[in-house]
Amino acid sequence: MGAQLRVYKRRIKTVTATKKITKAMEMISASRIVKAQRQVAASSPYADELTRAVAAVATGSNTNHPLTTEAENPTRAAVLLVTSDRGLAGGYSSNAIKAADRLTERLRAEGKEVVHYIIGRKGVAYYGFRERPIAGSWTGFTDKPVYADAKSVADPLIDQVLKDTADGGVDELHIVFTEFVSMLTQAPVERRLLPLSLDDATGGEARKEGEILPLYDFEPSAEGVLDALLPRYVESRIFNALLQGAASEHAARRRAMKSATDNAEELIKTLTRLANQARQAEITQEISEIVGGSSALADASAGSD
Amino acid sequence: MAELHVELVAADRRVWSGEATLVVARTESGDIGVMPNHEPLLGVLQSGPVTIRTSEGGTVVAAVHGGFISFADNKLSVLAEIAELAEEIDVQRAERALERAKADADAAGERRAEVRLIAATSGSR
Repeated sequence: MGAQLRVYKRRIKTVTATKKITKAMEMISASRIVKAQRQVAASSPYADELTRAVAAVATGSNTNHPLTTEAENPTRAAVLLVTSDRGLAGGYSSNAIKAADRLTERLRAEGKEVVHYIIGRKGVAYYGFRERPIAGSWTGFTDKPVYADAKSVADPLIDQVLKDTADGGVDELHIVFTEFVSMLTQAPVERRLLPLSLDDATGGEARKEGEILPLYDFEPSAEGVLDALLPRYVESRIFNALLQGAASEHAARRRAMKSATDNAEELIKTLTRLANQARQAEITQEISEIVGGSSALADASAGSD
Repeated sequence: MAELHVELVAADRRVWSGEATLVVARTESGDIGVMPNHEPLLGVLQSGPVTIRTSEGGTVVAAVHGGFISFADNKLSVLAEIAELAEEIDVQRAERALERAKADADAAGERRAEVRLIAATSGSR
């Protein structure tokens, strides 16, 4: 075999091996999207009921809670960024990071100091490489979050918001995650979680249905209920963001791996053509060498006669 | 007979839903029983068993750890971070967890395991 042909054959082999891997990853992600979507759906009854309960307290009482009161002069804002632990998911992590950067810039323009909290190894690595300070990070659960993960993220953040700004607390909490719109579309979105504006969170839906919320009897008291309710509400919002992020991550990975597989196929096709050409050229060369050799021999033997 | 609709939901799934005639749960200020046409109520739950008497006459017991009970328009929802039906509870595992919690002096863990055991035993009766 000629050297050229051997090189092509070797490249075809490596590309085929890569294609097998990307194809497998594509199929794994495809099955995980469905699972992740089911998880999003399974968590929605809890989120819906919780939203209703928050709406009920908000309309049923005029209680002021530190988590719902706007700071008069917000100076510090926390940004929670949801990225993935693993790469090979197309623009999933970098799109979320870019959205967070835009948000950070906007908050800075409003004169707020921004504190970063990051979920996912990719985001941590991005900030680490650029030597940007991270106030807190969590890794290891982005592709399959459970409620306890959301809780472990939410607890320190809620503490930060409840703390005085002078003692290193924050006035606002924003979250940046990737919304799972459909199999094909995932969009990075930013939301302000805290202070919770009760009209935003609850008024819209309740009014749409023309529903009048009844006057509740609170046990033990409206304040007590709100105290217990709001952290759970924030947790469930973060949980929802994590679940949507996981579904988006799998969808993004599936798409990235699909195009990688397609590219590999294309590459194999081109390389096979080139290899065939090289083989043909080799044969042609061999024939012309034989013909040339035999005619030289014939000439020589004709001369000696 | 009047009925109320019950939804028992945990953070990551719907645990039980159906019609019932009585629901007993433990709030911060004590056990509370809710029957149909109760006044609208929103309460904070403690770790404890929730007993649901279904309209078919059966009893459903679940261990609930932290959460809320809300009742309005004859619809009752129990929201819990963690909720398990009695038949889902692994008694041996709960017993082991109880021993471990006792050994570690983990009051919250002890309470959780106890609630599980209470729910499991009262559910199987």
